Amino acid sequence: MRYIALTDADRDEMLATVGVSSVEELFRDIPDGVRLDRPLDLERPLAELEIVSHLDSLAARNAHAGVELSFLGAGMYDHYVPAVVNTILSRGEFLTAYTPYQPEMSQGVLQAIFEYQTAVCELTGMDVSNASGYDGTTVAADACFVAKHVTGRSRIVVTEATSPQVRQVIKTYAPGFGLEVVEIPHSGGTTDPALVAEAAQDAAAVIFQQPNFFGCLEPAPDLAAAAAEAEALPIAHVDPISLGVLEGPGRYGCALAIGEGQGAGNAMSFGGPHYGFIATKLEHIRRMPGRIVGETTDVDGERGFVLTLSTREQHIRREKATSNITTNQTLLALGGLVYLSWLGPQGLRELGETCMALSSYARRELEAAGFVPVFSDKATFKEFAIRVGRPAVDVVRAARAKGVHPGYRLGRDYEGLDDALLVAVTEKRTTEQIDRLVEVLSEVAR
Amino acid sequence: MAASESYPEDLRYHPEHDWARVDGGEATLGITWFAQDSLGDLVHYEPPAVGASISQGASYGEVESVKAVSDLISPVSGEVLEVNQQVVDEPERVNDDPYGEGWLIRVRLSDPGEVDGLLSAAAYKQLVDELA
Amino acid sequence: MKLIYEKSVPGRTAYSLPAHDLPVPDVPESLRRAEPPRLPEIAEPDLVRHFTELTTRNFGVDTGFYPLGSCTMKHNPRVNERMALLPGFRDLHPLQEPEGAQGALELMWRLQEILAEVAGLDAVSLQPAAGSQGELTGLMLISAYFADRGEGDQRRKVVIPDTAHGTNPASVTMAGYELVGVKTDPRGNIDLDDLRTKVDEETAALMLTNPSTLGLFDEGIEEIERIFHGAGALMYYDGANLNAVCGIARPGDMGFDVVHINLHKTFSQPHGGGGPGGGPIAVRDILEPFIPSPQVVRLDDGTFGLDENRPKTIGRVRGFTGPFGVFVRSYAYIRAYGPELRGMSETAVLNANYLLALLRDSYDLPYDRLCMHEFVLSARKLKREHGITALDVAKRLMDYGFHPPTIYFPLVVPEALMIEPTETEAKETLDAFAEAMHAIAREAADDPETVKAAPRTRPVRRLDEVKAVKQLVVKYGSGETSVPAEA
Repeated sequence: MRYIALTDADRDEMLATVGVSSVEELFRDIPDGVRLDRPLDLERPLAELEIVSHLDSLAARNAHAGVELSFLGAGMYDHYVPAVVNTILSRGEFLTAYTPYQPEMSQGVLQAIFEYQTAVCELTGMDVSNASGYDGTTVAADACFVAKHVTGRSRIVVTEATSPQVRQVIKTYAPGFGLEVVEIPHSGGTTDPALVAEAAQDAAAVIFQQPNFFGCLEPAPDLAAAAAEAEALPIAHVDPISLGVLEGPGRYGCALAIGEGQGAGNAMSFGGPHYGFIATKLEHIRRMPGRIVGETTDVDGERGFVLTLSTREQHIRREKATSNITTNQTLLALGGLVYLSWLGPQGLRELGETCMALSSYARRELEAAGFVPVFSDKATFKEFAIRVGRPAVDVVRAARAKGVHPGYRLGRDYEGLDDALLVAVTEKRTTEQIDRLVEVLSEVAR
Repeated sequence: MAASESYPEDLRYHPEHDWARVDGGEATLGITWFAQDSLGDLVHYEPPAVGASISQGASYGEVESVKAVSDLISPVSGEVLEVNQQVVDEPERVNDDPYGEGWLIRVRLSDPGEVDGLLSAAAYKQLVDELA
Repeated sequence: MKLIYEKSVPGRTAYSLPAHDLPVPDVPESLRRAEPPRLPEIAEPDLVRHFTELTTRNFGVDTGFYPLGSCTMKHNPRVNERMALLPGFRDLHPLQEPEGAQGALELMWRLQEILAEVAGLDAVSLQPAAGSQGELTGLMLISAYFADRGEGDQRRKVVIPDTAHGTNPASVTMAGYELVGVKTDPRGNIDLDDLRTKVDEETAALMLTNPSTLGLFDEGIEEIERIFHGAGALMYYDGANLNAVCGIARPGDMGFDVVHINLHKTFSQPHGGGGPGGGPIAVRDILEPFIPSPQVVRLDDGTFGLDENRPKTIGRVRGFTGPFGVFVRSYAYIRAYGPELRGMSETAVLNANYLLALLRDSYDLPYDRLCMHEFVLSARKLKREHGITALDVAKRLMDYGFHPPTIYFPLVVPEALMIEPTETEAKETLDAFAEAMHAIAREAADDPETVKAAPRTRPVRRLDEVKAVKQLVVKYGSGETSVPAEA
């Protein structure tokens, strides 16, 4: 078998060294009653070229971004991932390494994580980032846990304009954490700070998204202030791609910044794997879940990096750990670091401006063609919601038949929006493609 | 610089590696040489609040090294009179001088009779030898 | 080696973006970025060099032997990488209509069917992102099951052996349960007498990995099943050690009701320096109504879809449907083996027993039995006689070109060395590793200073982990700062 070196001669020699006469004998401690007495009911082994042929045919049945012009966003984005990212992620010394518990063997990964932590802190305006969480939804659950421990309170307030999936995951985790979750309705596509102020009394945290799920720019500093006034921790769920043009949450009063890293350096890959990021102020560092890399020196005084404050984690603190997380998303976070290094501060700003310019163009052209924005008076970043005049499900089907996916059906998550689409425009879109979207929608929505 | 192994005769010991120096109706508490040696260099001390009640056999706080967290098990019951702030600021004092400058809290005993149930230095040393 | 920030020069760039002449809307002033983030300013050639230099300071399975216990550091086949990067997988948006994602949904459904067969159970959810999340999801299912039966308040305890991996008790806490510990007996099995005193009508579940973290198959597993199911409790299987028993003994047949499988262990998803992983769960039919939503299903017309109509679901545990890129790799891997997964496990167990036979005389063996896919030795004698600890042995192994095994775990063994070779190592590699371990045992007696000063051949020598806590520097440019006393 190609992944196993064992020959018959090897086997015989090894069995003799062990002192048993057969491989079967090695399993003598397993009671007969639990043994599987037949082969596994799985299809026969495939040669490598057969695997390729089979998976090629599965892949060919997916309408991916290379074959269908798509304006789908809603939490996962078709941003361009530069070639250098995969060059680096496919290096075996990164790809096939384990968690860096033995730092002398893992200075490459440890330094990369330190650089990633730095990048996240720079983007978000925070003091400390962990080495990544699973995704943008589970870091929200983590943040709730931090807030509970910091404030001693058990209520979480989250805005309705925060991603439905983020809210769902918080609610899944809440019972085990002993948390109650309360939602604040949106007011015309953004959140009213007065409603936050009211709901935040006795809350551990207020979580809001910037830009929000509708693509609208929230009055984030006011939301943070309203939460802080009630002594609830303000927590912002942010789009990393927006942080070249939008201020970082740490600079407008938030205690934690969280988000989904996919748009910054990971291919969409049907939803995963990606990386969630979570960053906070120094005072909360002991409550942070997950790994943290710190700088130190070795016995010769040379700089080196190690996992630090490990006593927060499960392998030491066990049932009192800040989280059970062990395996996280290091390789994807490394992709994020490579990407952000490729962009640099100038590139990140220009990228944000490009997305704003193109999505603004799309919005104007669609409006001119008679498609009314749902939240017409609100500033947006790279996504916006429009009404298409018919059930969106029919419009999407008809548009896809013409080779265009026009966007996410907001009616799946929000009342009264069955005729609304969330249209995302990234730097990969051209004005010609946007014109095509307008043309197709005009044909199918009338 | 870590201390060398010792178990002073004038102290009483709890099998969870904590000591008590009894002085009338009060006692000073800390962890033994064996405890600090097992933990390694201490980096953090989480003390109880002054005025808090503690019970014999129950945890009153935590110490952490780089690789371990340990509950501090109280040899006696009583009320916390003082916390050694110097150890909060510099936990490694416990490694350097576990019975002197590395003391952790001072308590007023609520049941002085409990002290009789604690181990002598000789009995504690025997327990430690069996663990090695 | 410099940080990328230390190589940064203002004005240098690596990026390119298409030009446009569209007006850029203003960001409202109250939201506008005041200062640019301090990201590296570097051109592509130096960017590539920087990360390449980092790889020269790192060790992977591709580099050499990596025998970490319970991590299953097996070879990661390259065809799997190529498959995950097929545009039809890589560039597929997760919210694409099901008609436009049939290939992806079919792959997931087929993987579910495969994992159900391997686990010996009835239904599979692919959502959990890693083993830990699988554990938490499994405990949430158990909680929902008992709540549904009106026994939720009554059953608040989960039993875990003292050999359990730290994630198990941490997951118990996150799920809102209370932990009850049970001892291990001198043969390395759960102490059944102790167990019988710990299981009653307040017990929700057992969490167990079998073989255990000692690398031993619990001989009492049938009695354990009778005790837990007899008390009306359920059984959770931690799949970390599944590499030992694929096709030989299935957790469902051992009596377990819910299992998590580590795709990054048994099924070759590369570890990536700490992730990604995949922690799908397989469940008995009694738990199926509660599994996370949405669930990938095959419809009556033979097409594939996402079922969101699950009234008793515990809900969503993560975004979208799971780490799909991981599924592609594990699916491709499993298709290379099919029923021969059994041979994979047999070789893993043979390799471990062979290595154990080579090492048992130089180190202490706490449990004198045949092992499964891993085994635990102790460096206790070296410590007592020469002051050389498991940590010292691990550091010295680096100078011999090996990644050390797991140390100081499981907790029940002092100076533990937990060794899992996996099936993808050739006999000569095992021989070379054993030779290095023997050499270190000799050095412990003859030349302990060399062992204590190890490693000498890595990019750094032993690092000051105390300083890393007391003078906390967790990002570039933060300056030195002490850890704040906790509020």
